[in-house]
Amino acid sequence: MTQPVIEIRDLYKTYGAGDAAVHALRGVDLDVHAGEILVLMGPSGSGKTTLVSAMGCILQATSGSIRVAGREIVGVRERDLPDIRLKNFGFIFQGFNLFPALNAQENVEVAMNLQGIGGKRARLRAVELLQLVGLGDKLRAIPANLSGGQKQRVAIARALAGDPPIILADEPTAALDSESGKIVLELLAKLARERKRAVVVVTHDPRVDEYADRVIHIADGRIASSENRNLQPNALEAQFA
Amino acid sequence: MNVVHLLNLFMFRIAWRNLFHDKVRLIVTLTGIVFALVLIAVQFGLFLGFLETSSNIVARNEADLFIAAPEIPHVNGGAPIPESRRFRALAVPGVAEVAKYSLLFVVWKLPTGAQESVQVVGFEPGSGLGGPYDIVAGDVNELRNDDTVFVDEIYLPKLGIQGIGDSVEIFGRRARVVGLTRGILSFTTAPYVFTSFKNAQNYQRLGNDETMFLLVKTKPGANVARVQADLKRSISGVDVYTREELRQKTMNYWVFSTGAGTTTLMGAVLGLIVGIVVVAQTIYSATIDHIREFGTLKAIGARNSHIYRVILSQSALSAVFGYAFGISAAKLVSLATEGSNVPILLPLETAIGIFAMTILMCLTASAISIRKATSIDPAMVFRG
Ligand SMILES: Nc1ncnc2c1ncn2[C@@H]1O[C@H](COP(=O)(O)OP(=O)(O)OP(=O)(O)O)[C@@H](O)[C@H]1O
Ligand SMILES: [Mg+2]
Repeated sequence: MTQPVIEIRDLYKTYGAGDAAVHALRGVDLDVHAGEILVLMGPSGSGKTTLVSAMGCILQATSGSIRVAGREIVGVRERDLPDIRLKNFGFIFQGFNLFPALNAQENVEVAMNLQGIGGKRARLRAVELLQLVGLGDKLRAIPANLSGGQKQRVAIARALAGDPPIILADEPTAALDSESGKIVLELLAKLARERKRAVVVVTHDPRVDEYADRVIHIADGRIASSENRNLQPNALEAQFA
Repeated sequence: MNVVHLLNLFMFRIAWRNLFHDKVRLIVTLTGIVFALVLIAVQFGLFLGFLETSSNIVARNEADLFIAAPEIPHVNGGAPIPESRRFRALAVPGVAEVAKYSLLFVVWKLPTGAQESVQVVGFEPGSGLGGPYDIVAGDVNELRNDDTVFVDEIYLPKLGIQGIGDSVEIFGRRARVVGLTRGILSFTTAPYVFTSFKNAQNYQRLGNDETMFLLVKTKPGANVARVQADLKRSISGVDVYTREELRQKTMNYWVFSTGAGTTTLMGAVLGLIVGIVVVAQTIYSATIDHIREFGTLKAIGARNSHIYRVILSQSALSAVFGYAFGISAAKLVSLATEGSNVPILLPLETAIGIFAMTILMCLTASAISIRKATSIDPAMVFRG
């Protein structure tokens, strides 16, 4: 079988210390596979954001293990983290986090440049990615002149700039109307299905059900339940391995 | 980190876009820089003007060496010495010519009856040493006649006269204006008035056998330092200065001992501090406003070096634009004061120095912004 792109074992994250300590994650075990859409659900404060942040090397876990493409990332040196993020992850945020002064194409080019791809190659690829998310006619538009759904699609194009194996999205549709949310979810699903990306989506949005391969419920920093949905062959194989 | 990373100009592009995205802030930043620069340029220009006007009378003197009474504080503070020293001086090898010279504050009476203080410069018209320069009207040989003077055109109103031919009263004696100079400024409020040494003796109560300075012209090719040493050795009871030594002494006295120079330099330093604070403040607030973007950059894999580049580019750009406007404004101020009695000088060296200072000022000002931006926890990007 294929190896999971992310393997999480006995993961703990505690914010603060002493009386003020918050135990956000208390022993999480989870595998994420290429080609699947994994949905994380759970009440507010249950630890969803903490979990994706730890997966994405944006947050250092307190203990336990996270392997990304086979490499242990818990406890690696701070200065090695940017490169790990750059090579493995595409991030999508609830608030889009685009650069307001840059146009759509430049917003994608930023990520390309971080990858070390510059000039014409970066421009061409940015155009290609924006066409992929259906924004081929908005290359020069700045974020202020785009709708929420369009902004999130620019963000998706940016997340794909480095051709990462894993896409992490925290509440990508929370700020969108249902029509835009649907387009964004379809895009994410397409990435998993057609491009074999591992897509992890944190959401409260029940519409995600339609697209999810697996839905993980988190409560109090632990995995409370895991349900398989329209399983993809790859993920299916992993489930019964 | 590969070469593409290092040559990556995209961070510069982000900085450029950020700068022009918020036009109001750009204007505030540039205004701050421009004010600071004009303040620095004006204060420093005044200082340079002081350096020049305080010692021009020495700097433009053709004499190579000055023989003076012991321990005079500056050229305008001479004391009488016996004229007979002149013969000793002429006997020193390498000396071509020795001329009498005097400089003293005297009262000048305006036609209205009001009084002004002037500095009468007495020189020997036949010697060609210590006379008026940058003459715009009149012939210096006219000063061979009794009771004739040259004044600078800039002081005509102050001296209550119209120009050549006007009759004036100095130290109770009538005199006639026979020539005008342009730009012989006085650092004190007392304008220079050139007249013959003989005439000056009448105004200055110098004894017939006294002079205040002996101006020495050395022979072509003579070693001035050696002549100076020989003069010191052969004439007792005097000091012998080279032109440069006396210029420095005079300049230091007027510019530094009086506090005028220190005050203007302080003004320039103040401009620098104001500039740094204003620029630091605007760059910092710009950084805070863009903090989410810097967090996002980090989250998607940017290194701190990328963040530095954005912030430094942003402040370097502000510096360049601010400089362009600031130095133009300073140049206008400088041009406006040209030919006035308080010139604000802006030579190329100052302009270049100020450019370096502007860059330094802006980069210093980004220090706290950089600290702030690089300490961002990228985990902020997932928080609301
Ligand atoms: N930086 C932090 N410092 C201290 N406590 C934190 C920090 N971030 C999160 N927490 C706490 O950790 C717990 C888990 O937070 P987390 O943001 O992961 O929850 P979540 O499931 O994403 O919630 P939501 O649905 O509201 O986004 C919460 O109790 C939260 O208050
Ligand atoms: Mg959350």
